Amino acid sequence: MQVKVDLDVCQGHGVCHMSAPDVFELSPEDGHSIVIVDPVPPDLQDAAQLGVDSCPERAISAE
Amino acid sequence: MRIVVVGASLAGVRTIQALRRHGCDAQVTLIGREPGIACDRPPLSKGFLSDPDAAARPLLGPEDLAKLEVTMILGRSATDLAPAEQTVGTDSGERIGYDTLVIATGSSPRLLPGLEPRPGVQVLRTGADAARIRDALSARARVVVVGGGFIGAEIASTGRRMGCAVTVIEPLPALMIRGLGPALSQAMTRRHVLAGTDLRLGVGVAGLESGAPHPAGAAREPGAASGGQAVRLTDGAAVLADLVVVAAGAVPETGWLRGSGLDLSDGVLCDGLLSAAGVPGVYAAGDVARWRHPRYADPVRMEHWTSAIEQAAVVAANICGQGRTHDALPYVWSDQLGGRLQIFGRVQPNDDVHYVLGDASSDAFVAITGGDGRLNAVVGFGAVRELLPYRKLLLGGAPLSAALGLAGTSA
Repeated sequence: MQVKVDLDVCQGHGVCHMSAPDVFELSPEDGHSIVIVDPVPPDLQDAAQLGVDSCPERAISAE
Repeated sequence: MRIVVVGASLAGVRTIQALRRHGCDAQVTLIGREPGIACDRPPLSKGFLSDPDAAARPLLGPEDLAKLEVTMILGRSATDLAPAEQTVGTDSGERIGYDTLVIATGSSPRLLPGLEPRPGVQVLRTGADAARIRDALSARARVVVVGGGFIGAEIASTGRRMGCAVTVIEPLPALMIRGLGPALSQAMTRRHVLAGTDLRLGVGVAGLESGAPHPAGAAREPGAASGGQAVRLTDGAAVLADLVVVAAGAVPETGWLRGSGLDLSDGVLCDGLLSAAGVPGVYAAGDVARWRHPRYADPVRMEHWTSAIEQAAVVAANICGQGRTHDALPYVWSDQLGGRLQIFGRVQPNDDVHYVLGDASSDAFVAITGGDGRLNAVVGFGAVRELLPYRKLLLGGAPLSAALGLAGTSA
């Protein structure tokens, strides 16, 4: 599983980081989401998917 | 196993998606009152209202829906639950058996006596509702918003930005007071006054009078709602309106569950696993669920978008036997007055409020709220990045003193 953040769409809500702190970090510069694991290891995939689903802007995709 | 999900909106649909991702191959039936899957609602009170090209986004495209292999019973309402025989009735007279039931019927806009929806009186729930409000705003209608919660404040803000005369009627003394507490709600209320919204606080609506003439000389845009009406307030004043938007909160859709043995005092009472109290095999998710959140003394019910998604994930995990507690930090956001208002946690009515960035009247602010040494909420306006370190403390259960220390403020 790979997750990607569309930074043109990300608004920095930070919900992905709350759902999956081991998958998403937030940029101290602008609060935008940064994916820190690629690919996402199996034990983090549930959390990563929740991060994808709970993005208010639908900026995150999973493959 | 037969799983029945009642409610084809955010919580119900996301529950089914999560079940399938967990590899659950149960037979799933989805019962929904509307003819299709609901749309994504947050934009409807936000960007949608000022963007003539915006379309309501479905929660799920047809291809993704087909992949879920769900039996859909759409355009039908669930009418009752018989827990002893484990069946749900629908308004076609059918009875549908389940081994596990997910109640995700959500909530409906609270209707006010005398202000039932009709031409010129509108609630905001569906894409069609939002489109009608958008039409009126773009025609510079005179808008009266009844209810000063988040949605009312968003509509008012957008209406002002689009050049409409906007009046908000709110029986409480400030806008968004339930979500923000007294001090922060005052601060946001002042901003709405500065934006030119006519606020009538501490009064209610006595009734609606039709046929009020439009004031002479006022230029009308073509397409504006016609046939003016006057909203009569409990203090005797009258406000002319082309469009009345009733934004008086929402009530959980539990009427169909009466007599089922569930505790329905404000939504469906659940334990921390979102399993309905007293009736085995039944879960609730979304606006309709009231549950024991480990952060709070009393059971809570939330109408937040993110909460519905998190609850869907928890219910699906628990149907698959994982035993997960729903303990996510509450989050709500609202776009208004050219900024984004964000609330993490829950502001308690008696909380002290400390501004750690800006103040009540600055362009952007971050405030932390708490009491008895406890950090309860982080509230930001136009400060997405600046609130992050405080939110981190809140997530980690840090005391109020730690957050004040971070700000360099003395407690």
